Amino acid sequence: MSVPERLAKNRVVLDEEESHIEIDQELCRTTGTGARIIAVCPAGVYSEQDGRIVADHAACLECGTCLAVAAPGALRWHYPRGGFGVSFREG
Amino acid sequence: MSSAAAEPDFDVIVVGGGPAGSVTAYLLAQQGLSVVLIERGEAPGAKNLSGGVLYGRVLDEVFPGFAQSAPVERRITRHVTTFLTGDSSVSLDYAGGPLAEPVNAVTVLRARFDPWLAERAEEAGVFLMPGVRVDSLLREDTPAGPQVVGVRAGDDELRARVVVAADGVNSFLARSIGLRPQPPTHHLAVGVKAVVSLPRTVIEDRFAVSGDQGAAHAIVGDCTLGIGGGGFLYTNTESLSVGVVLRLDDLVKHGRTAAEVFEHYLSHPVLEPYLRGGEIVEYGSHLVAEGGLEMLGQIVTGGMVVVGEAAGLTINSGLTVRGMDLAIGSAVAAAKGIGEAIAAQDVTATGLAAYRRHLDESFVVKDLRTYARAPKFLERPRMYGAYGELAAGLFRDVFRLDGSPRKHLAAVARDSFRRSAVSVRDLVSDGWAGVRAL
Repeated sequence: MSVPERLAKNRVVLDEEESHIEIDQELCRTTGTGARIIAVCPAGVYSEQDGRIVADHAACLECGTCLAVAAPGALRWHYPRGGFGVSFREG
Repeated sequence: MSSAAAEPDFDVIVVGGGPAGSVTAYLLAQQGLSVVLIERGEAPGAKNLSGGVLYGRVLDEVFPGFAQSAPVERRITRHVTTFLTGDSSVSLDYAGGPLAEPVNAVTVLRARFDPWLAERAEEAGVFLMPGVRVDSLLREDTPAGPQVVGVRAGDDELRARVVVAADGVNSFLARSIGLRPQPPTHHLAVGVKAVVSLPRTVIEDRFAVSGDQGAAHAIVGDCTLGIGGGGFLYTNTESLSVGVVLRLDDLVKHGRTAAEVFEHYLSHPVLEPYLRGGEIVEYGSHLVAEGGLEMLGQIVTGGMVVVGEAAGLTINSGLTVRGMDLAIGSAVAAAKGIGEAIAAQDVTATGLAAYRRHLDESFVVKDLRTYARAPKFLERPRMYGAYGELAAGLFRDVFRLDGSPRKHLAAVARDSFRRSAVSVRDLVSDGWAGVRAL
């Protein structure tokens, strides 16, 4: 079972209006943050497309591991607004 | 209106409806204080995830007999510790009736367990606000220094005498006022977990347990492809919690992705028979603080205390991994300290230092001190590769009668040791460090 298939089992209330993840492309590149956040995120939120790091915030499990390996300023990551995001039924 | 005259809306605001937050709120309400519990999930537990073993003795002191009434999964009476290689495993299996009573370790699924705790708080008079994300702290300058006086959520402000940051391992609240720095990556790990549903009887047969009893497997070695950390496999009533915990510095160093290590673990030939036929019903992850005593920094400031995982409270002793019991222990200490500070009308950092004193006297800090050397010891790389290979090689030679003349066990052991990547010096060094750390 692939990561997207596993994620499809989860209950998520997607915030269509705003993403809780913002990436500074320049800092991501120069600090190596891009490669690190792609590696550590269990949900595969981050990927590289045409030299840019993109984030699929709908897949986020809200663990904060990306922020823990990001260089200061390279990633703005906070929790989704109240009531949005992943909602564990098992936990 | 001067800010000093602003009347607080509540005596205490607790941010975060996990075990630390709910138990703090419950115990404060029991003291007759007005308490609001703010939770960003649509219900308590909705954002919470753990491997799943709760060492329950401290909770039993707060809620006597909780294991009968709370939605716990199974009482763990069997602990299996396994060294795993690519094709072999060597295990130590302890099955003990004495672990059943009084309550010791139970498995929990947080989306079911945490709401029960929050309901106990509500019953005691706590006002629960789910679905609300706290965005920042309200602070004011006072003669005693800067003082936290409340929280802001969207356009709303709530004021209280004391704010309790029970907002989890990322604690944006503590970080926002510089109370706790970002921990280094060798003190952090990512836990990746799936819940796999299986019929009750299948679980009992596969894990050799019965009734409401269960098993907890802790695994090191090839389950993480040699990356510092380990695997776990816990029995719930009608599902398994299965996952890996990977130290972030080592994961990055190995050039692997967390998802690929997890995939490797689930399909390992030693693991697969336990999971066979099961259906993954949920996939989750959680950042784990693993620094032990070193991560317990500043947990008190004017008008605010930090509890649970937000305070870095976890212990990995190699054999047991603990977080929730320490969170509850910190909640008990915080409720005592806050109660005393409010009664003495001193909620500055000096008054709230009572929390730190109670925590220092409790099992929480005592155990953190006992295992203070464990995180450093567990960074030794041989734990995750060479020792498993050594043990597996030894037992292979003991059990495989291949027609060559037999040797005494001591000679077989000596040969295995010579073939392995472990030197005498490593063994002595690791052995001595292990004895002192664990």
